[in-house]
Amino acid sequence: MKRKIRRFLMYSFLILVGVVLLYPLVWMFLATFKTNAEIFGSSKFLPTQIRFDAYIEGWKNGGGAYSMGHFLANTFRIVIPAVFLTVISTTLVGYGFSRFDFPLKGILFAMMLSTLMLPGTVTMIPKYLVFNKLGWLDTYLPFIVPAALGNSAFLIYMVMQFIRGIPRELDESAKLDGCGSFGILIYLIVPLAKPALVSVVIFQSLFHWNDYFNSLLYINSSKKFPISLGLRLMLDSAGNNSWDQIMAMSVVAILPCLLLFAVAQKSFVEGVSTVGLKG
Amino acid sequence: MKDKKFNKFNRKSLRHYEGLFYIAPWLVGFLLLQLYPFMASLYYSFTDFAMVGTPKWVGLANFVTIFTRDRDVWNSLKVTLIYVLIAVPLKLAFALFIAMLLNLKVKGIGIFRTVYYLPSILGGSVAIAVLWRFLFSRDGTINSMLSWFGIGPVGWLSSPKLALFTLSLLAVWQFGSSMVVFLSALKNVPAELYESARVDGATSVRCFWTITIPLITPTILFNMVMQLVSAFQEFTGAFVITGGGPMKATYLYILKIYDEAFKYYKMGYASALSWILFGIMMVFTLVIFRTSNLWVFYNDGGDSK
Repeated sequence: MKRKIRRFLMYSFLILVGVVLLYPLVWMFLATFKTNAEIFGSSKFLPTQIRFDAYIEGWKNGGGAYSMGHFLANTFRIVIPAVFLTVISTTLVGYGFSRFDFPLKGILFAMMLSTLMLPGTVTMIPKYLVFNKLGWLDTYLPFIVPAALGNSAFLIYMVMQFIRGIPRELDESAKLDGCGSFGILIYLIVPLAKPALVSVVIFQSLFHWNDYFNSLLYINSSKKFPISLGLRLMLDSAGNNSWDQIMAMSVVAILPCLLLFAVAQKSFVEGVSTVGLKG
Repeated sequence: MKDKKFNKFNRKSLRHYEGLFYIAPWLVGFLLLQLYPFMASLYYSFTDFAMVGTPKWVGLANFVTIFTRDRDVWNSLKVTLIYVLIAVPLKLAFALFIAMLLNLKVKGIGIFRTVYYLPSILGGSVAIAVLWRFLFSRDGTINSMLSWFGIGPVGWLSSPKLALFTLSLLAVWQFGSSMVVFLSALKNVPAELYESARVDGATSVRCFWTITIPLITPTILFNMVMQLVSAFQEFTGAFVITGGGPMKATYLYILKIYDEAFKYYKMGYASALSWILFGIMMVFTLVIFRTSNLWVFYNDGGDSK
């Protein structure tokens, strides 16, 4: 009996924590159907009617001259190439570090790991100046080029650890079949390392989708704003009288993340666990 | 004959450099986007570089100004340190606590794990910052809920004393990723250990302190370092929710660097500021690693007793 009560208490607690965690999100979603007066005036949880005005108006108004659709499209213009190139570069580099011996390997590997601890704050100013000199400011190149150059040591390390877990005998037999090292990578390693690569895709998509700081630094014309800057613009220009629209567009902004999470939830959570274990 | 040998040698040496070809993208990126900026920012921190013109060497002048004349710096350091000391321990303690509960053969663990993880994937976005700003505003949802219990409007974001705490809550809300890492560590604690401890009559509290905690210390170390690094560099929340206010009570150090560099274009000064943050983070990390042999238990090292 005592055991039963204890279990009951535990489940109640776990559910309560879940409710508290989700409450802000659910509230935000419901607020998009409320009128502005309703959001402020009443403390009712449920909206009195279902209206989509906030979505329609918010989408059209966006921030200033551009619609939210424009900002959303811009975000995809950053996220898709950046993620695609990150997958390619991390795969190549992870393969290089896990399967080959080459001069200075130890030192280079140590340097890569040390960048894990290097705070971005220290390199941010010279990086900005370099991009400025190259004329890359207000373009998407500061997001795309570093992705092609394998700038995430964390992801490289993750892929590397995964490749290490693939038995080398498979490489040897592929070699006997006449595969070169690149062939081994394409036909053997990549298919087997798919779970790790999926994690890379998800991590990077979420990162670039949510990234605010880099966009703030590198993008300054509102024509090129991604959604994060677009939302901020909307917040600043709309002020206090259109919270319904702001909430609606916030929901639009996080929806792709939620969809991605829903689709790839399992491999994602597992990816996080393995990385944690290896660290 | 000779030719063949040469060929073989050549192929072997090619094989020797093959790996370099694969890591080449990273190497280029490392040199241009990590090593060079790292060195350059150290150099800039001793100059008066201001975007236009050439940097002029000013020696330690930036650092002298930072420590003697710039009042914001001390405030920002203090605020950042408080933020880190609230957000990181709270988040880790909560993450560990929930992970422990979920480890008790809970039914529907998948659902709980997903729900708890959800905030982590959204937390850094502007949308959530906007939501936070609204929820905790004076006439926001949290206050209207509190008013049901007769608790008067709380200045979650408008009171200098509370604002930093409200920002920390946003970090704690995202405890899910740490929790998942803890959970996988807890799964690796052998069940036999608990069983034999039970036989010896140990209580669950005692089991927790003498079995669970020691065995997952490597994971605690990992989570702690990761969370420290990100908490010291927290930006979006403070920038969007409070803008550093009220009365600079949430003027985190990165906001200060951002303002100096990208509002006033004092690149040299801002670089000096960034190196101070780097130094502080290094000290924290080193202390954690140096003391880790006192409190981190490594399985492979423990076997040889």
